[in-house]
Amino acid sequence: MIRGRGVEKRYGRRRALRALDVELGHGGFLVVTGPNGSGKTTLLRLVAGLTAPSAGTLEVDADRAGVGYLGHEPLLYRDLTALENLDLYGRLYRVPERRERIGMLLERYGLWDLRGERVASYSRGMTQRLALCRALLHRPELLVLDEPFTALDAEGAELLDHELAESAGRATILLTTHDPARVELLATARLALA
Amino acid sequence: MFAFLVAPEDADQGISQRIFYFHVPIALTAYACFGWGAWKALRLLWTREERYDLESYVGVHLGTIFGALTLATGSIWAKASWGKWWVWDSNQLVLFLVLFLFYSAYFMLRFSIEEGPRRANVSAVYALFGVALIPVSFFAIRLAEDFIHPTTFTRDGPQMTGTMFLAFCVSWLAISVVAYTLYRVELLGKRLDANLRELREALT
Amino acid sequence: MTGYLADVAALARKDLRLELRARDTLPAMLLFVLSTLVVFHFALPTGADEVAAQGLLWVALVFTALLGLARAWAPEREGGALEGLVLAPCDRSAIWLGKAAAVFLFLVAIEVVALPAFSLFFSPLDGSAVLGVLLANVGICTVGTLLAAMAAASRTRELILPLLFLPLAIPLVVGGVGASVSTEPVRYLTFLGLYDAVFAILCWASFEYVVAE
Repeated sequence: MIRGRGVEKRYGRRRALRALDVELGHGGFLVVTGPNGSGKTTLLRLVAGLTAPSAGTLEVDADRAGVGYLGHEPLLYRDLTALENLDLYGRLYRVPERRERIGMLLERYGLWDLRGERVASYSRGMTQRLALCRALLHRPELLVLDEPFTALDAEGAELLDHELAESAGRATILLTTHDPARVELLATARLALA
Repeated sequence: MFAFLVAPEDADQGISQRIFYFHVPIALTAYACFGWGAWKALRLLWTREERYDLESYVGVHLGTIFGALTLATGSIWAKASWGKWWVWDSNQLVLFLVLFLFYSAYFMLRFSIEEGPRRANVSAVYALFGVALIPVSFFAIRLAEDFIHPTTFTRDGPQMTGTMFLAFCVSWLAISVVAYTLYRVELLGKRLDANLRELREALT
Repeated sequence: MTGYLADVAALARKDLRLELRARDTLPAMLLFVLSTLVVFHFALPTGADEVAAQGLLWVALVFTALLGLARAWAPEREGGALEGLVLAPCDRSAIWLGKAAAVFLFLVAIEVVALPAFSLFFSPLDGSAVLGVLLANVGICTVGTLLAAMAAASRTRELILPLLFLPLAIPLVVGGVGASVSTEPVRYLTFLGLYDAVFAILCWASFEYVVAE
């Protein structure tokens, strides 16, 4: 699914990611760890397709419609409701049976009661849950999650555990975290950046 | 090289005429630089190769310098011909004023974005807008003549005899050579800077 | 094709919904344009002819548009939504077109009030003037939306947008004023159409590079 050789990312003088080899097969679960500034986020953004490497080659077997990304920012419109946000993304991703899928996700993640409220009024945990819904909306075959547990409350984190356990094997998952023990059982590969 | 520049001066009397030999070639060279910068910008967007970013930038940079010179020589020409430091009658001059404003914004834009592919792409797109603006502005200024200012002065490109034309071409060639040399020099200098930085980083 | 237009429509609807909910940009633009027109009354010495006033209309419109454009991409910035749109499988140019369409509608909404106000304060506007305004709107929206996205990538944001926009707006002002005052408005209207076509194509093709790395 992912094949990278000598992948490097520079922003002018600043080197965000040192030459890196990375490989992950279909259905794999790669956990990336490392201190802040080691390039975890950069690597995930490269895989998700938000940016291109400055050097080296990176092949990802999924197109934009097949990638679900969760970054540090929720990628949502603060002045729209949960329903409106997901409806927009649902249309852009051509999600079949959009309304049902949205309803199902909102319920599963405990956001159904808040569906008509503006995202600006959500707590951080709720926003992160909605961001997760957004990433999962189109049933992506490649999940790219950048420190997804960080902003979640305990209940939200449990829901994510569930989701990861269900998806592992079916979808390919690339995840960074400061708490690798949490996903230790599911991981098929580990990468520690320096 | 300087001999070439001097020769046309001797060929004529009157500052107004003399300036013409500088003013128009400088203007044409400025257009060429902007076009070059835009071409390199297109190559950058097409191939994503980093080196085109610097080449495009230097092209635009030189174009702006020559553009400023065009405005300066044009102003001198205006003073010599009509006694004022600025006239709105010369379409060429007004066009260069608009372009100068546009490309000055290019630098403000470029230096307010962090270095990297985003900056390169945005600069490139803006450079392309620049060359699209040149003909559009030209027509706009022409159209504006109708209601801005009745043309009281006949715009005189001096009637050129054979020898004058030759002197003009020589001057144009000379200025083009100067421009090309400056381009290579600046490009080389910037590349050396970049290589030096990389070396320094590799050592730390 | 229908997929593309559907995307554009969904995106434009989103912007309309946001503005209707927040209701901050449109009223500000409206107040701004009316205040500017009043300032112009005091700025025009008596004896200044009608033609000068027509020119000032365009100044008012351009600067009011700038006010609106400065905030055009603000919703995308706040939650990082722009990256969400870039990640989506839709054509990047659809992002631009949807936003430009919304800005166009905002401008028209402003002008529905501003143009009659101008006719009231200064002098009546004829059909070719109104057509000129509409054509110039297209140019303002297409170019302005793209430039606003460029400015959003910059550190100096709101500061730089006018610098980027004004040189490109000059031909629009020429076209618009010409359409209002000239005896042959068709020439100017055609010119505006040409500007719109050239720059719309340029924006459509290049937006991808402005917004994605």
